[in-house]
Amino acid sequence: MTDLEAFRADIRAWLDANCPPEMRRPIEDEDDICWGGRAFAFKSEAQKIWLERCVAHGYTVPDWPKAYGGAGMDPAQAKIWREEMARIGARPPLSSFGIWMLGPALLKFGTEEQKVHYLNQIARGEIRWCQGYSEPGSGSDLVSLQTFGEDKGDHWIVNGQKIWTSYADKADWIFCLVRTDKANKYQGISFLLFDMTTPGVSTRPIKLISGASPFCETFFDNVVVPKAQIVGELNRGWDVAKYLLGHEREMISGAGGSERLNAIGAVVQRNGGIDNPVLRAELAQFDVDALAFAAMGEKFLDEIKVGKAHPAQPNMMKYSGTELNKQRHELLMAAGGSTALEWESAETRGGTPARSWLRTKANSIEGGTSEVMLNVIAKRILDLPGA
Amino acid sequence: MPLYFNEDQAMLADTVTGFIAGEGAIKPQLRRLRDGNDTRGYDPALWKQFAEMGLTGILVSEADGGLGLGHVEAGIVLREIGRNLTPSPFLSTAVVGATALGHASEDLKGRYLPGVVAGESVLALALDEGAKHRPERIALKAERAGNGFRLSGRKDFVIHGATADALIVAGRTAGSDSDAEGITLFAVPKDAAGIGHNAVRLVDSSIASHVTFDRVEVDGGAVIGEVDGGRAVLDKALAAGRIGSAAELTGVGGGAFAMTTAYLKTRKQFGKLIGEFQALQHRAAHLYSELEIAEAAVIKAQQLLDAGSSRADLMVSVAKAKASRATNLAVREGVQMHGGVGMTDEFDIGLYMKRDRALAEFLGDANYHADRVATLSGY
Repeated sequence: MTDLEAFRADIRAWLDANCPPEMRRPIEDEDDICWGGRAFAFKSEAQKIWLERCVAHGYTVPDWPKAYGGAGMDPAQAKIWREEMARIGARPPLSSFGIWMLGPALLKFGTEEQKVHYLNQIARGEIRWCQGYSEPGSGSDLVSLQTFGEDKGDHWIVNGQKIWTSYADKADWIFCLVRTDKANKYQGISFLLFDMTTPGVSTRPIKLISGASPFCETFFDNVVVPKAQIVGELNRGWDVAKYLLGHEREMISGAGGSERLNAIGAVVQRNGGIDNPVLRAELAQFDVDALAFAAMGEKFLDEIKVGKAHPAQPNMMKYSGTELNKQRHELLMAAGGSTALEWESAETRGGTPARSWLRTKANSIEGGTSEVMLNVIAKRILDLPGA
Repeated sequence: MPLYFNEDQAMLADTVTGFIAGEGAIKPQLRRLRDGNDTRGYDPALWKQFAEMGLTGILVSEADGGLGLGHVEAGIVLREIGRNLTPSPFLSTAVVGATALGHASEDLKGRYLPGVVAGESVLALALDEGAKHRPERIALKAERAGNGFRLSGRKDFVIHGATADALIVAGRTAGSDSDAEGITLFAVPKDAAGIGHNAVRLVDSSIASHVTFDRVEVDGGAVIGEVDGGRAVLDKALAAGRIGSAAELTGVGGGAFAMTTAYLKTRKQFGKLIGEFQALQHRAAHLYSELEIAEAAVIKAQQLLDAGSSRADLMVSVAKAKASRATNLAVREGVQMHGGVGMTDEFDIGLYMKRDRALAEFLGDANYHADRVATLSGY
């Protein structure tokens, strides 16, 4: 047996013994996701146990170094971990913006002290993070952001407003882009971390077309942020922000085998049948695209772990993955007929098909619109003139 | 296994890319053959060079004198053939034919594989009956006659059929035309009495035959695999040919895309490079994404085939369908973005459009394979 085969056998045995059966069922709604954080209420004992067992072995962030709460897996081992998790349909023990976004940025730009402190908190699910990027006047043109941090010696006083802050009302801390030099557009932004309970921070949920409020407006009124809570250099936060955006786009793309991008024809067939050849043809075309994109996700992750992927490739993943997901939900609505239109019924678990369909419309807007993704691909990958 | 080339594969890709871009380029091969009214469909000297590099035996086992490599490696060669539109019997011979013969008797292997490996002979698959790929329906009759069989019927779209040393023929030995079983595969030598070729030039300048079989007699030794059980070997040859054509298509798409982006960076209108226009940038960026995804599907399917995975069959059809659609988009956008010169014979972009059409049709087009994905998925 090779080392990797032995590793796979160990992981398989550990998962068999430690992943509770309830945690091997598909995630059905938002409540099933373990986000962690100070105020997180576990939906079930199984969810809590699953998190604790994974935390004890560093399995919430398997490819992070052990010193920061990970399991220290190399790319080949981490792939085996993903494959073995997928084999039994195991839910991620912990999902968080800390893992997907802030963590990678801290690993690259953080000080040793920051890494030890914040990364371990993220790995254990103790602190739930939100992202302060967009502002009312700064959407696609993010770099025009105005939230200002005034230098007060050992701290900044931050004033301004963020918008589309995902789960700001549930988050414990925020990683936030703040202008620290008004004279310099790109090199006048700093990447700050602060506690959402700091006096002067307030949030207001935004009701969306789906009826849910996953996003908030976030207000900063004379918020004190100590100087130690900056990641990277003063006024060089844009570098951190861009690096982190790559990871955010990777996350939104669904790369890494998230179930929502799998083929759907067989699902529709099971849930009521396909009685129309045009629908069958559309489902078949979609399944080709979905299965091909799943291969792309796997290839992208393999390549990015060893530095073979183009640095701007997450933009392509985000573009393709989100457009595909929107199409998936259009097809599910078409297949679901009038049942899928129900907004509050028990049969639809409170209008899940319709609400999910509407939610996906944000996929190609949040984290950079499809149009911005295409701009970035044209400029950074294709090297087209004037882009 | 990660979805990128290992060291050996990367080395092979380096070698093959340089070789085919030089010797197999459009001007010295496709245009020269086409403009010289070539009737063979390929350049024997180039085929010999393929052999000298070992490429003809890439899927032939080492015991049979080949390199014993897999579909990932064969795909490396095919992608470069596609990128350069090289007229070559590689797909029909070294991929489809060699895969089928790999399951043949030692005697049959000995009769044909050395010539294939040496770059001296060519094989062709005689499967389709009619204008569309319908391998589940085989009507060509193969009746027992003495210790062998007598073949009667016709085959269409037999690429390299007229110059092949042997035809790999699927014949009906039992059951009705649409039965899955009851098929037998034969290696029919080119000089067998009763074979008639009507060789026609296709839109991409390749040559395919309509082949008629008028009571063609072959001995029992010509059977590949089991009598009545040819479907198993046929399916392996089809999988190899389908993923092979998908790999070649990604090369065609990549070649067309490279030409097109280069044109966007040099052509000026309204005082600007046309690549500065966002309308074109977005379409180019979308096309890039589709081609990347197609490549990923292809290498995934190749790896699954090489590993003998039960999921390979589904993924091969995903890859052929995706590669066909992505490459079709690449050649259509390519001609459109070239504007008027895209319509001229002088510019190569039109050659890519022609090749895409022919290659997409080979062993099932995008519609065939999307339908197959649905069927294999249970709907």
